[in-house]
Amino acid sequence: MHPALSVIVFTTLSGIGFGLMSLLGIGLGGDGLAFRWTAVVLAYGFAVIGLLSSVAHLKSPGRAIYAFSQWRSSWLSREGVLSILTLGVFGLWALAYLFMDRNIGALGILAAVLAVVTVYSTSMVYAQLRTVPHWATWLTPAVFLAFGAAGGLMLLATLLSVFGEEGARPVAQFALLALVIAWVVKAAWWQRAAKTTLVAAGSGIGEATGLGRIGRVRAFEPPHTSPNYLMREMAFEVGRKRARALRRVAIGAGVVLPLFLVILAVYLPIATAALLLLALVSHIAGMLAERWLFFAEARHAVASFYGIGQADGDVAFL
Amino acid sequence: MTTLPQTTNRKLGLVIDLDVCVGCHACAVACKEWNTGAYGAPLSDMDAYGAEPSGTWLNRVHSYEVKPEDKPAQIVHFPRSCLHCEDAPCVTVCPTGASYKRSEDGIVLVNEDRCMGCGLCAWACPYGAREMDMDAGVMKKCTLCVDRIYNDHIPQEDRVPSCVRTCPANARHFGDFADPDSAVSRMVAERGGYDLMPEQGTRPVNKYLQPRPKVDAMPAGEGCGKHDAHAPATPGGLLGWLDRALAALD
Repeated sequence: MHPALSVIVFTTLSGIGFGLMSLLGIGLGGDGLAFRWTAVVLAYGFAVIGLLSSVAHLKSPGRAIYAFSQWRSSWLSREGVLSILTLGVFGLWALAYLFMDRNIGALGILAAVLAVVTVYSTSMVYAQLRTVPHWATWLTPAVFLAFGAAGGLMLLATLLSVFGEEGARPVAQFALLALVIAWVVKAAWWQRAAKTTLVAAGSGIGEATGLGRIGRVRAFEPPHTSPNYLMREMAFEVGRKRARALRRVAIGAGVVLPLFLVILAVYLPIATAALLLLALVSHIAGMLAERWLFFAEARHAVASFYGIGQADGDVAFL
Repeated sequence: MTTLPQTTNRKLGLVIDLDVCVGCHACAVACKEWNTGAYGAPLSDMDAYGAEPSGTWLNRVHSYEVKPEDKPAQIVHFPRSCLHCEDAPCVTVCPTGASYKRSEDGIVLVNEDRCMGCGLCAWACPYGAREMDMDAGVMKKCTLCVDRIYNDHIPQEDRVPSCVRTCPANARHFGDFADPDSAVSRMVAERGGYDLMPEQGTRPVNKYLQPRPKVDAMPAGEGCGKHDAHAPATPGGLLGWLDRALAALD
């Protein structure tokens, strides 16, 4: 699949933003005014930048308003509705948190639940697609939710530490745990993906054309002489070229370095804030690589009509 | 709503006979011609006279080589377009309500005034039947020539999809699959018409007919390199004398 930058940025940032929102909502935030403002602005900012970035991916963004109408059937519509709902409820909670010095528990918990469901609906936009065997698994929502939690916890720990609030240390310990869990889930996702080729999913060239019942099928001549929308969007092969290197970047920057830095931050008495901030930046960079691969490595059933992705070209785990 | 109708009164669609298709691409060209001047935005071409021309087409003709176990390889031409599925995943994923399946005849259409060009329906379709129009910024797909088949202003024989009307080999047939006595239903029953990628659970309306098995097939071999095998082992007459004379010198 074509790794569109707008969608990569959107899913990464909104996951972290909604993650932080739900943690603030359940009352894990600090007390200082500087912390509160920064935390709320960042949570809102990450989510809103993510959502705006997803609008950039539309060819006719002027009609985006209609996307709130089909929540009964469409996960993408649900995602839109839930995002706005979450931003609204969290906004109300944040008003009380910022201006009235009050943490309205019920409203905060509602915002937290909505934030989690929003991230889930984002993941279901991909997990619902039977046409992309890599994505069509419950592991996809698990990955999105786990990374949202890990990113949110790392951001919260960093903020607590930067503003000298209490609780930075236990939150950082939770971030460690969440990071490990998230990457274990991702490892399971990658293991499954390595086995889930188009042919293995029963959507190879033989089934696509139905000619497999006669004999071995090979694409002889394509219908057009230069690539079309389908090939650019769904049989995108360029992004796979550096898959192995990018996977190392994703693991190195996304989990290995942050783990090391957060452990140092938890157990060393010095430079905690700086270490956590560095861990967060590294984690986000790793996540962008992970999300690039999520798209670039995923193969769409339509590639079979073009004879692409029939031999197993997927990179093995690591 | 982008929910699917429980049932449709009729199931209009196509039968594509792969035994007959000669791969001339006339259906694709006729489709492009009709749908550029008909329903919705024209089918645009980008960089049409440049190095990398690319355009929106609703029908594409692939060619495949099929090699049976014990027979020579054969070429099969394969037109690919929207199958107007009964469980159309392109419809249910649509967030704006632009995509819909008509309950009266089962045709899957896009209301372009509501399409925001997110492209998710194209991702949901396993058949590559939907293409984004890069000029209009909306999703295009086969309409089953909805503006021909019900059109009282054109002669009766033209009230079929443009691709069907054009096909010089009669490889494409249009009809109602809900009627078991329709020509298309009988054709599918007699020839074992099949679904593309049944594992996707889309329940396509359009059916394909496979090429008929070749009779008097040549022995197996890759391509044309085995012509010697058909030469008589020992020729008679003058050739036979020459053959024996040359064999003596060999």
